Amino acid sequence: MLLNFTVRRWLMLAPALAVIGVLFAGGLALAAAQSLGYFAPTGENALTLRHYVSLGDDSEIYASLWLTLKLAAAATVISAAAGSALALGLREVARRSRPVNLLLQIPLSVPHLAMAGALITVIAPSGLLARGAYALGFIQQPADFPALINDRYGAGIVLSYILKEAPFIALMTLALLARLGDEYEQAARVLGASAWQRFRHVTLPLVAPAVVSSSLMVFAFIFGAFEVPFILGRPFPAMLSVVAQQRYLDVNLAVRPGAIALAVMSALVTAALAWAYLRLTRALIGLERPFIL
Amino acid sequence: MGVPAIDPRADRPRKTVYTVKKQTPTKVSEALAIIAITGLTATPLALLAARSLAQSWYWPSLTPQVWSVRAWKYVFSPTAEVLPALATSLSVAMVVTLFAVIVALPAARVLAWEEFRAKRAVIFALLLPVLTPPLASTMGVHALFLRYGLTDTMMGVALSHLTLTVPYATLMLTGSFSRLDPDYEAQARSLGAKTIDVWRSVTFPAIAPGLAVAASFAFLISWSQYLTTLLIGGARVVTLPLTLVAFQRGGDEAIAAALSFVYLAPAAAVAFSVARFLKENR
Repeated sequence: MLLNFTVRRWLMLAPALAVIGVLFAGGLALAAAQSLGYFAPTGENALTLRHYVSLGDDSEIYASLWLTLKLAAAATVISAAAGSALALGLREVARRSRPVNLLLQIPLSVPHLAMAGALITVIAPSGLLARGAYALGFIQQPADFPALINDRYGAGIVLSYILKEAPFIALMTLALLARLGDEYEQAARVLGASAWQRFRHVTLPLVAPAVVSSSLMVFAFIFGAFEVPFILGRPFPAMLSVVAQQRYLDVNLAVRPGAIALAVMSALVTAALAWAYLRLTRALIGLERPFIL
Repeated sequence: MGVPAIDPRADRPRKTVYTVKKQTPTKVSEALAIIAITGLTATPLALLAARSLAQSWYWPSLTPQVWSVRAWKYVFSPTAEVLPALATSLSVAMVVTLFAVIVALPAARVLAWEEFRAKRAVIFALLLPVLTPPLASTMGVHALFLRYGLTDTMMGVALSHLTLTVPYATLMLTGSFSRLDPDYEAQARSLGAKTIDVWRSVTFPAIAPGLAVAASFAFLISWSQYLTTLLIGGARVVTLPLTLVAFQRGGDEAIAAALSFVYLAPAAAVAFSVARFLKENR
C-alpha cells in the first residue's frame, strides 16, 4: 500500500519533473558541455576552460555585466518600492473598487515588446514629453530633450520595466494583504499601537514575503531579459542576453561556444545573486520561506 | 470582493472580517486612483493608437497632421504576413497552455496535499527555471532539438516554451489545491461518487479559478516569448513578436504601432476574460 502511494505520487510528478529535467536541467547541462569544449559543429572534443578564460579577457563582457547588474538592480528596487507603496496606498480602495483592480492588471497583460513600443512614443526625443516640453517653452528642438531611449544610462529600459513590474509587485502584495485581512492591525490598534508602530511592526512584516519573493522574480527576469534592451538599449555596452544572443547567432560558428559560456555564466550569476538575496532577507527580516505556496 | 482578479489564491473562501473601526474610503480616493493608474497605463497605449493612425506627425505638433488607416490596411494585407504570424502565435500559445496545464495538474495536486521527504527539492527544482535566465538552457535545448529534428518546427518551439510555463502553472495550481480540503474528495467518494464525478463536481469547481489564472499565465508567457522562439524556431517559425521586432527595427513607426495592437489584443482578451470568469465565480 505504501509502495503504491509512493509510486502513484512520483507518477503524478513525473511529467512536470520530466519537463524540468530534460528541457531545463538537460538543456543547461548540454549548454555547459558545449561551453566546456564539447562543441561538435567545430570539432571541439576536449575539456577546456578557454571559452570562459576568453570571456575574462573581454572588456565588452565586463561592461555588459556591470550594465546588466546596474539596470536590473535599479529597476527592481524602484519597482519594489513603487509597487509596495502602491499596494499599501490602494489597499482600502482596492478592497472595494473593481475598476482599480482591473486597471492594475492592464500592465500585466501588455507584452514587454508592446510596452517598449508604446514607451518610445512618449519618451523619444520627438515623443510626447519632448513635444509637451516644447509647447511649454522648455526646449527648442528634439536634441535639447534628455536622451531616454538608446541612452548611456539605460533610462528607457529601466522605465519600461518599472511600468510592467511595479504593478506586478503591487498585485502580489495586494493579494497577500487581502488574504491576511486586517485582524492583526486591528489587534495592534486595540492594544494601543500608534499608526507608525502598526505600520513598522505589523503591516511591513506581513507584506515582506510578497515583496521579497516578487522582487526576486523581477530581478531574475530583468537580468536575463532580452526584448526591452534589444529595442530600447544601445548596441554597446548591451545587456548580457543581447550580447550572448548576437554572438550565438553569429555566422562564424567558432564564436558560439563563447556565447554559450556567456549565457551559462549569466545563469550562474543570477543563481548566486538569488541565493545571496534570500540569505540576506532571511538574516534581515527572519523570513524562513519567502515563496508563498 | 477586494481581492485582485488575477490572484492565484482567489478561490479561497472569504473570511468574515470583524473590524473595530472602519475607515470608509471616499469615492474621491477611488476616483483619484483610477485617474492615476489610467493615466500611467492608458496614455502610452492611447498614443500608440494615435501613432498607428498618423500618416504624418511632424515635430513639434502635439497631434498628427494627417490621419490615415494606411498602417492598419498594410498590417492586414497579405504582403505583411501578419495574419500567418498571428495564427502561429495562437497555435503555439494554445498548445503550450494545454500541455502546461495537463502536466501541472497532477504535480500540483501531489505538492499541495502530500508530505514527503523530497518535496522541498521538487519545489526547488520547479523554481530554478523561474529564477535563472532561460537563455543558457535554451541554447542547450537547441543543440538537443537539432539532433531530433525539432528545430525550426512549431512543436519544438512549443516544447521550449514549456520550460517556463510548467513551473509557473504548477506553483499556481499548488496554491489552489492547498486551499481545497482533500477531505471533500474523500467525502464525495464515501457517498458513492465515481472518480470522474468527484473531479467534475468537487475538485474542478474548487480549483477552476486557479486553473483559469494558471492557464492564462501560461498563455501570456508563451505569447510574449521572443528569444526562445527565435533560437529554436530559427526564424522559420515566425510568431507575432518576431514580426513586431522586425517592424520596430525596420523604422515604419505607424506600422509598428498598429502591429503592437494586433499583438496586444489577444493577450488583453485573455486577461480580461479570466477577470470576468473570476468575478462570476466569486
